[in-house]
Amino acid sequence: MLKSRVLPVLTVVVAILALWYAAAVILNASFERDQAERAGTEITFSEILPKTMAQERPVLPAPHQVAVELWETTVNKKITSKRSLVYHGWITLSATLLGFVMGTALGILLAVGIVHSRVLDKSLMPWVITSQTIPILAIAPMIIVVLNAVGITGLVPKALISTYLSFFPVAVGMVKGLRSPEAMHLDLMKTYSASRSDVFWKLRWPSSVPFLFTSMKVAIAASLVGAIVGELPTGAVAGLGARLLAGSYYGQTVQIWSALFAAAIMAAVLVTLVGVAGNWFNRRMGVRPEAAR
Amino acid sequence: MLAPDKTMNTVIQAEKLNLTFQTNDGPVHALSNIDLAIEKGEFVSLIGPSGCGKTTLLRVIADLEKPTDGTITVNGMTPEEARLKRAYGYVFQAAALFPWRTIADNVALPLEVMGLDKAERDKRMSENLELVDLAGFEKKFPWQLSGGMQQRASIARALAVQPDMLLMDEPFGALDEIVRDHLNEQLLKLWAATKKTVVFVTHSIPEAVFLSTKIVVMSPRPGRIHDIIDCDLGDERSLDIRETPEFLKIAHRVREGLRAGHAYDD
Repeated sequence: MLKSRVLPVLTVVVAILALWYAAAVILNASFERDQAERAGTEITFSEILPKTMAQERPVLPAPHQVAVELWETTVNKKITSKRSLVYHGWITLSATLLGFVMGTALGILLAVGIVHSRVLDKSLMPWVITSQTIPILAIAPMIIVVLNAVGITGLVPKALISTYLSFFPVAVGMVKGLRSPEAMHLDLMKTYSASRSDVFWKLRWPSSVPFLFTSMKVAIAASLVGAIVGELPTGAVAGLGARLLAGSYYGQTVQIWSALFAAAIMAAVLVTLVGVAGNWFNRRMGVRPEAAR
Repeated sequence: MLAPDKTMNTVIQAEKLNLTFQTNDGPVHALSNIDLAIEKGEFVSLIGPSGCGKTTLLRVIADLEKPTDGTITVNGMTPEEARLKRAYGYVFQAAALFPWRTIADNVALPLEVMGLDKAERDKRMSENLELVDLAGFEKKFPWQLSGGMQQRASIARALAVQPDMLLMDEPFGALDEIVRDHLNEQLLKLWAATKKTVVFVTHSIPEAVFLSTKIVVMSPRPGRIHDIIDCDLGDERSLDIRETPEFLKIAHRVREGLRAGHAYDD
C-alpha cells in the first residue's frame, strides 16, 4: 500500500523538479547572454548552464537555491532574528490561528442562527454569500487603515481579515451539517417531545461534526491566505506576507520563493492537523472505520 | 362492528377521520372517514397495499401528522397532549439508531430527554436490552450489529420510555424472512408479558394474523378501512400455528379483503 501511494507522488515530484530546472535555465539564460555581450565575450551553452543556477537575483531561482535559502533562514538563523523565517512564520501563524478560531466560532454561530430562524435564513444567507464576492485584496487595506485609526494595530487586524475569509466555509458547511439529520431521526425526537435544545445538542450538533471538520480544513487554509494578505498593507514589517513584499521590493526572488514555500508547507501542516483531529473525533464518536467497510 | 365501544378501556378512538395532503398534482386523500376504536391491551394490525394510509393513520395517532377533520383521541386526550405526555413508544421502519451513540446510549436517549437520573437510565437500559436479548452489546456501535439486532435495540429504546402503547410502523419490513419470524415470536412474548397496547403496521398477511387480536384491512385511493377482523388464536402461539385451518381461514379472509379493496380498474 505504501509503495502504491509513494510511487505516484514521487513521480510527480521528480517531473515538477525537472520542469522547474528546465524553466530556470531557459528564463535565466538571457541574463547571462546579455552579460557576455556587454563584456564583449562569446559564451557557450555549457558555460551558461551552471551560471543560470547560481544567480543572485534570478528570474526563476533553481529548486536547490530555494532549498538552501529555506535551510539558512530557518535552521541557521536565531529565531529572534528579523531574517529568520521561523520568526516571520510565527507572526503569520499566530494571526492565522486567532483568525481561524474567531472565524470558526462566527461561522458556527451564524449557521445555528440560520438553521433555527427562517428570518435569519432569508436575511443573513445572501449577505454571507455576498461577503465573499468582495475581493479580499481591496478590503484588507481598508480594515487595516480603519482599525489603525481607532488604535487597533498588530495581530488583531490581520486576524480579522483571516476571520473574514474563514467564517464563510464554516457557516456554509455547518448550515448543511445542522440540516443533515434525516426526517426519521427528527420524528423520533418529536415522539419524545424533545425540546429544541435537546434536538440541537443530541441530534443536530453530533450530525454536523463531520461537516464541521471538512469545512475547518478549508477555513484554516483560507485563514493563512487572509493573514498573509493582511501583512501586505502594513508596510511589510513582519510575517511571511512581509517577506514576500520585501522580496519583491528588492528583487530578492530567492527570498520570495522561500517565503512562498514556507507558507505552502505551513498550510499543508495545518490542513493535515485539522484532518487528523477530525479523524480522531470521528473515531471517538463511533464512526465505522474505513477498514471495516 | 365499526360502532365505537364507549368503555373506559378504549385507548384510541377515531371518528370520521379525514386527512388530505395538498400536493403539486392536486389533493391526495390519504385517510377517508376512518372510524376505529382500539382497546387497552389489544394487538391491532393495520394491513393494506402501499398508499392505503396505514402509516399515515399511525402517524396521526402519534401526532406526527394532523388530520384535516374528524376527531381522534388517545388515552382520552388529543394526540398532541398524549405525545407531550409520552404516552407511546414509536418504532420506525428502520432502526433509526444514532450512529454516534453506543447501543446503551441509544436506548438511554429518550430517558435523557425525559430528564431521568443516571442510575434510573442505566437500570431501564439494561432491563430493556435484556428483554430484547441484547445484553452484552451495550458498548457496541450500531454498525457493529446486524439489521435484526439493530431493530431489536430500537424496540428496547421504545420500551425504555415505559409507555402503555407501542406504535410500530413496519418494523420488520426490511428484514429477511427468518429473522422476521424470530422477531415476531419475540414480539408476541413481549406483548404477552407486558400487556401493552400495540398498533402494528404491516403488509404481510401471515405476520398480521400471527401477531394480532384485531386486523384492520385498509384499501387505497382514498385510504379507508375495508374490513375489521377479530383474530384470537390463543395466548400460547408458536410459529407452527400458521399451518392450522383456523389460521388459514383468517388469512384467507384478510386476503379476500385486500383483493376486494384494491382498485384494479385504474
